[in-house]
Amino acid sequence: MSIDWINFTPWTSLGAGALIGLSVSVFVLANGRVAGISGLLGSVMRFGSEGWGEKALFLLGLVIAPLLWGLFSVLPQIEITAQWPALVMAGLLVGLGTRYGSGCTSGHGVCGISRLSPRSLVATVCFMAAGFATVYLIRHVLGV
Amino acid sequence: MLKLTAFLAGLIFGLGLLLGGMANPAKVLAFLDVAGDWDPSLALVMVGAIAVAVIPMSWARKNRQSLLAAPMQLPVNRELDVRLIGGSVVFGIGWGMAGICPGPAVAILFTGHWQILIFVVAMLVGMYVFSSLEGRRTS
Repeated sequence: MSIDWINFTPWTSLGAGALIGLSVSVFVLANGRVAGISGLLGSVMRFGSEGWGEKALFLLGLVIAPLLWGLFSVLPQIEITAQWPALVMAGLLVGLGTRYGSGCTSGHGVCGISRLSPRSLVATVCFMAAGFATVYLIRHVLGV
Repeated sequence: MLKLTAFLAGLIFGLGLLLGGMANPAKVLAFLDVAGDWDPSLALVMVGAIAVAVIPMSWARKNRQSLLAAPMQLPVNRELDVRLIGGSVVFGIGWGMAGICPGPAVAILFTGHWQILIFVVAMLVGMYVFSSLEGRRTS
């Protein structure tokens, strides 16, 4: 293992994390809800379900964030290297897996661990391990 | 008021993702590539987020209503079952294939990258398949 010191941005990352922590805190303190993006998407797909308006507005805020950012500054780099067959497969797996597992990086990784939920800790270990293994397989075994 | 706080929370979430580079799938993949040039940034984003959220979350666990008198709706399931573990592993495989998880996928939806549209449509199809199978299981 070698750390990529050029791209590793510890202070910016901590600051960015604090903003995400502020967001999930506002959502739970004001709205009484967990800011898990896969869960919000799953609910918003059922029109008129409980809390539909609030959940849709959270997602709208998320969609608008880069547009607001773009008014004041240049958007940070966004680079997607996967080809379309991989994107289709990845999307299907992420959609199915997050719903079966009841959460993703935000719901389990941030909100769940902050709630000290054992379920979320187990889920986070599982998806992190699977993510590490998949990238290892793709980059260092298959050599794509 | 609940709608306003929901919108602001989503906006702040998105700005946090952008600031931390987490809206960039290439940077997320650099975190997942522990055997390559490893970029630990994502771990610190999580540490920062958890450090800020842990006290509000512990308050939320002790209260039945939010500060705006909305019912407190925290998950109640405590079971460590096959669905949780299997679902999370499947999610992790998909995450590792493209470096995209649901939050960043929504955040970069309209930034002019066609690839994200393919990913999001496939992700919504995956979620829809789940709902259909669940509907059949419970009915």
